[in-house]
Amino acid sequence: MLPRAETAHWLFAAGFLFFGLVVLAEAIVGPAVFRARRWRAYLWPSLALAAGVWLWVIAIFSTFSTLHLLAHSVWAQAATAAGAVQLAVVRGRLVSSYWSLVTAGALFVSGASFLVHEQNGWLFARSAFLHHLIGWTLVVSALFPLGAALLPRRAVWAYGLAITWIAVAVMLFADRDIAPIFGHLSDLAGGGSR
Amino acid sequence: MNELVTSRARAAVRARATRRGLRVLAVEALGPLTVLGGIVWAFAQPYRVTFFYPEGKGFWDWAVQPPLLVVLVGLLFALVVAPGIVEDLESGERGDAPSG
Repeated sequence: MLPRAETAHWLFAAGFLFFGLVVLAEAIVGPAVFRARRWRAYLWPSLALAAGVWLWVIAIFSTFSTLHLLAHSVWAQAATAAGAVQLAVVRGRLVSSYWSLVTAGALFVSGASFLVHEQNGWLFARSAFLHHLIGWTLVVSALFPLGAALLPRRAVWAYGLAITWIAVAVMLFADRDIAPIFGHLSDLAGGGSR
Repeated sequence: MNELVTSRARAAVRARATRRGLRVLAVEALGPLTVLGGIVWAFAQPYRVTFFYPEGKGFWDWAVQPPLLVVLVGLLFALVVAPGIVEDLESGERGDAPSG
């Protein structure tokens, strides 16, 4: 009864899409208006924290390889830490803009984890291609919270982070367990189950 | 206040109103655009919607249909998140923003 990997990825894609829309809306209207209602202020940190908890659940079930177990655990830890710190920021317990560095670190580590745990080349299969693409996207997107930490008054960082999550959602929606990428599909894709 | 200052003040008010209008439009458009994206995707790749190809499909195929998830996310944002933001954007401009 466990869902296939692609099904879990699509569910996360839906979550990331919603997350991206929320962050984009905050970027458009600015934090002052967006946080005028308390539940909205807590929305995206709560979503990040919830994603972290769900990733821990996924980590429990992704025991088919040590690398996958470690990768899912790293993503879970990164999302949990970023969500928890942002909750403290909107609560007013943490005030320095440098706390954005935690989000930057979480994105960088998550991206690196994607890249390290994908052992096949870009054109091995669609899932391999997407692992590389999502990994590099997350690594580069770590610049947005880094920028928010160093130059917090610029709106461009919030827009960049929002677009990143929407792009990651699109990539995850494109994921299939076994599918070609640009006409390429290795005979070894799917572990010989094809 | 002389004529020049009054004119510049009015121009600033007009510019602020235009910016606010664009922001309202942008926030209100996010949900419908997402819904539209999901519908277009469903027609472009109908095989990703289980309702169109129901034979031999299991629980998860019915529960998780990507284009419909996109539509759902768009609806959720448009109905739950966007209206409050627009309201606060407009009330903030009038100076009666909610406090909690």
